[in-house]
Amino acid sequence: MVEKAQEKALSRRTFVKGSALAGLGLAAAGGTATLFGCSSNTGGEGEGQQTEAAPEEKIVWTHCAVNCGSTCVLQCHVQDGEIKYIESDNTGDSAMDQPQLRACLRGRSLRRWLQSPDRLNYPMKRVGERGSGEYEQISWDEAIQTIADEMKRIRETYGDEAMTVHYASGVSSGLMGSSVVNRLMNVTGGYLNYYGSYSSAHISAAGTYTYGGGTYGSNFLTLQDGELVVMFGNSPADTRMGGGGHTHDFAWMREAKNLEVINIDPRMTDTTCGQGGEWIPIRPGTDGALCAALAYEIINNGWADEEFLHKYCVGYDEETMPESAKGQNKSYKDYILGTGYDKTPKTPEWAEPITLIPAAKIKELAEKIGTTKPVYICQGYGSQRHSNGEITSRAIMMLPQLVGQIGLPGTTGGRREGKSAFALSSFPAGENPVKTSLPTFMWPDAIRRGEELTALNAGVQNAEKLSSSIKFIWNYAGNTLTNQHSDINLTHDILKDESLCEFIVTSEVFMTDSAKYSDIIIPDLTLQEQYSLSANGYADNMEAIVYGSPVYDPQFERRGIYEVCTEIADKLGVKDEFTDGGKTREDWLRQILDESRETYPELPDWDTGMAQGVWKRTPEATISLQAFIEDPEANPLPTPSGKIEIYSETLAGFADTWELAEDEVISPIPEFDPGFESYVSLTDEYPLLLTGFHYKAHTHSSYANNEIIQTAAHHELWINPVDAEERGIADGDEVRVFNDRGELRIIAKVTPRIIPGTVAMPQGMWHDADMNGDKIDHGGCINTVTIYRPSPLAKANPQHSNICQVAKA
Amino acid sequence: MTQYGFHFDGTRCTGCKTCMLACKDYHNLSNDVAFRQIYEYGLGEWTQDGDGWTCTTSVYYISEACNHCESPMCFASCAQGAIIKDEETGLVYIDAENCIDCGACAEACPYSIPKRDAENSVYVKCDGCRDRLAEGKQPICVEACPLRALDFGDIEELRSTYGDVSAIAPLADPSQTIPSLVITEPKNALPFDDTTGAILNQVELV
Repeated sequence: MVEKAQEKALSRRTFVKGSALAGLGLAAAGGTATLFGCSSNTGGEGEGQQTEAAPEEKIVWTHCAVNCGSTCVLQCHVQDGEIKYIESDNTGDSAMDQPQLRACLRGRSLRRWLQSPDRLNYPMKRVGERGSGEYEQISWDEAIQTIADEMKRIRETYGDEAMTVHYASGVSSGLMGSSVVNRLMNVTGGYLNYYGSYSSAHISAAGTYTYGGGTYGSNFLTLQDGELVVMFGNSPADTRMGGGGHTHDFAWMREAKNLEVINIDPRMTDTTCGQGGEWIPIRPGTDGALCAALAYEIINNGWADEEFLHKYCVGYDEETMPESAKGQNKSYKDYILGTGYDKTPKTPEWAEPITLIPAAKIKELAEKIGTTKPVYICQGYGSQRHSNGEITSRAIMMLPQLVGQIGLPGTTGGRREGKSAFALSSFPAGENPVKTSLPTFMWPDAIRRGEELTALNAGVQNAEKLSSSIKFIWNYAGNTLTNQHSDINLTHDILKDESLCEFIVTSEVFMTDSAKYSDIIIPDLTLQEQYSLSANGYADNMEAIVYGSPVYDPQFERRGIYEVCTEIADKLGVKDEFTDGGKTREDWLRQILDESRETYPELPDWDTGMAQGVWKRTPEATISLQAFIEDPEANPLPTPSGKIEIYSETLAGFADTWELAEDEVISPIPEFDPGFESYVSLTDEYPLLLTGFHYKAHTHSSYANNEIIQTAAHHELWINPVDAEERGIADGDEVRVFNDRGELRIIAKVTPRIIPGTVAMPQGMWHDADMNGDKIDHGGCINTVTIYRPSPLAKANPQHSNICQVAKA
Repeated sequence: MTQYGFHFDGTRCTGCKTCMLACKDYHNLSNDVAFRQIYEYGLGEWTQDGDGWTCTTSVYYISEACNHCESPMCFASCAQGAIIKDEETGLVYIDAENCIDCGACAEACPYSIPKRDAENSVYVKCDGCRDRLAEGKQPICVEACPLRALDFGDIEELRSTYGDVSAIAPLADPSQTIPSLVITEPKNALPFDDTTGAILNQVELV
């Protein structure tokens, strides 16, 4: 037997040698695996046959976990502890009207990201200054002990409000991400709360003061045959790209219902290309002016639904003004028609030089909106991520109110398209003993001058002021310390000063720019490397749950966040409380699944689900605000008046009491205000507006270090030929983008797909600068040049409001 | 013989490149090789009248892999006989063992489909995922498209379902090779011999 095997091996070697000379070979010999088997098998017993058998390939189901808003299925073909390739959701019917959570290009690229040699493998401590990226490996014992000691010391020294869990979204799907860290913080005394996100803080505030809360409206499934859809700063094809995202719902409805689509955006987005529909180019940050001019036309032509406005809304005209504001020409109608405080009729001619949209085009759009029923008017997050984001977002919400197109089939309330309400029970983070809450975007101020931040100057909620500056940051799967926050050069200076924030710990899978500011870095497992459960995220074409199993065993010294927090809890004497009597990650997930199955008995159990990977069903159409419209007395909105607040007394109160700069406006009505760092701020030195956008090659900064995608979809600055020619810039040239805050380098895409006078670039690429040298960012990170200045109402990020200059590098 | 081919729906494609990346993953392609190419094609003139800007901008995407042509010019160009047109399926693939890295196929193909694999010094291209086909599966790109803009099958059946358009700009004149490709035209498609538009993502193409 042994002899035979050896003979066989020998004869094959001989054959290979001969055939190589003849220029033949591998296919005939049975493939490379056999070749290696032969050459290494000179004397071993039967080894030749063992090596011929390829290790068994198995399928492991899991999901993408980054913050595009969706959760798509990854069907990993795993062999010998490695993913060989990925399929996605190919279960069920693949017809257009059937839900399949097909991963986008980013999910499809996960193998090389997950198995990258650049992964973090060991706990590390900082040995250079913050931001230098100089670290040395330490033991897990040292890492755990240091984190536990610092948590205790800082909490005892500065109080619970000095502790924070930083805003982060690298792990957005799955039930056990940052909530695990929150639980640890909660059982040890709590931490300073944040409200509002970098995604949607403005529209969230706008929704609160208009409808009593919420950023979402009706789902796309309510769209009717042949109806008109008007989108402001919204491109599902760019932002929610997977089969588990709104891009599919919208494409499906667009085709099935033969929709007429109008997309208002500084860029022609991928939601418009090839699929029909009209692009109306607009100068960024001026959507509110367009809305005012549309309102002027709608009111003047008698298209306004006054019956609706009187029945459901406060503040449209004098008749529906609250007592506190009657008789002062403060209504929305007064503002629009020119009888309000500024005595300026908001005509299309008034709006043209602001929006750069021809007055005739505005009139045409107004007629369409005013005379088409139903009409679905929605906005994405693009229009609101500005210095005037809150008021702009309210101005867009005003349009469907004006034409009474709310609460009916085919309509929505001017907010973002809806999402399905399907949700699993959540991992219990517990109750935070600290109630004080700060606008997320303001954390750098809370580091450098926390005690100065108050309700009136910084939007502090649930307290008059902060009791402490931030002294401890846990940054879990986040790149918002620098890369994703505004004005990196400023943040660098704040974080570098160790006397301010005294301790930063980051749990990560790569050495991000933010991680470089940490005192301790601990190497995390990705969700794909652990058990996970996730509902479908922001989509309305399905209700789904993805069951995730670990694709392979933990490698190097990487550890899951729950196990890490359990050990820290042990050091701090709260292990039993943290683990609820010793539960493991898997125990929690099984428990949550069992709880969820009480609500949704049809959900597969643990073993069935892990084997089948995904469970899904198609939901019904939803109509936002339907109950209120049907019976406003019985179903009032959670606003102070119970109605839609076109005029908000709450906002009028803020306008009177909040400390605002001269160029910061809070208005009780959704008027147009250009905001700071807007088109009115343009100078000869900085004559261009710069806006960011969400791009296919990464989700925020997640996957932006994955070359296989970056080389397929390039990182480029979009610039109109009109602006490029003036500067001698050709397509593909490297350019400098700069302003008073910094300078970055990027390749120019000279394209007719962007309005003149504005340049745009994807947000999320990794900052790459010599911070002890010229600070020029060669990574093309937009936040090198964005402004850190909170918006007036939401105190939120104006990352699309920037002035700059562009020149050939 | 059944001739297999692709269908591409330009009214659904958003240029997301998921097909391209799924293919790169499955076939383990390097950064500088792609079996699927995404073209961004279009035009646009801007004029300012008063303050307002108007434009004629019109853009669409095409995702294109090998068209497994009826008369493949790559096949005809290969002196080594390294290009095979499968008798059963009509799929065209390169036998790497016989490829001498001369590049004649890439030169000959009007669609520039064959790419050089520098690491292995051979030319490579889409083979229609014939291994998957043998298992009764669709090519990986077809299963990947989030918007179901791709289909694959017997080209005659695809033509009877989707029509017989096999070229729009910037693809080549189909009479040269008779591509096994059916296109549902983007709403703003331009003919293959269009001279008004241009490829707008030239720097991205490999």
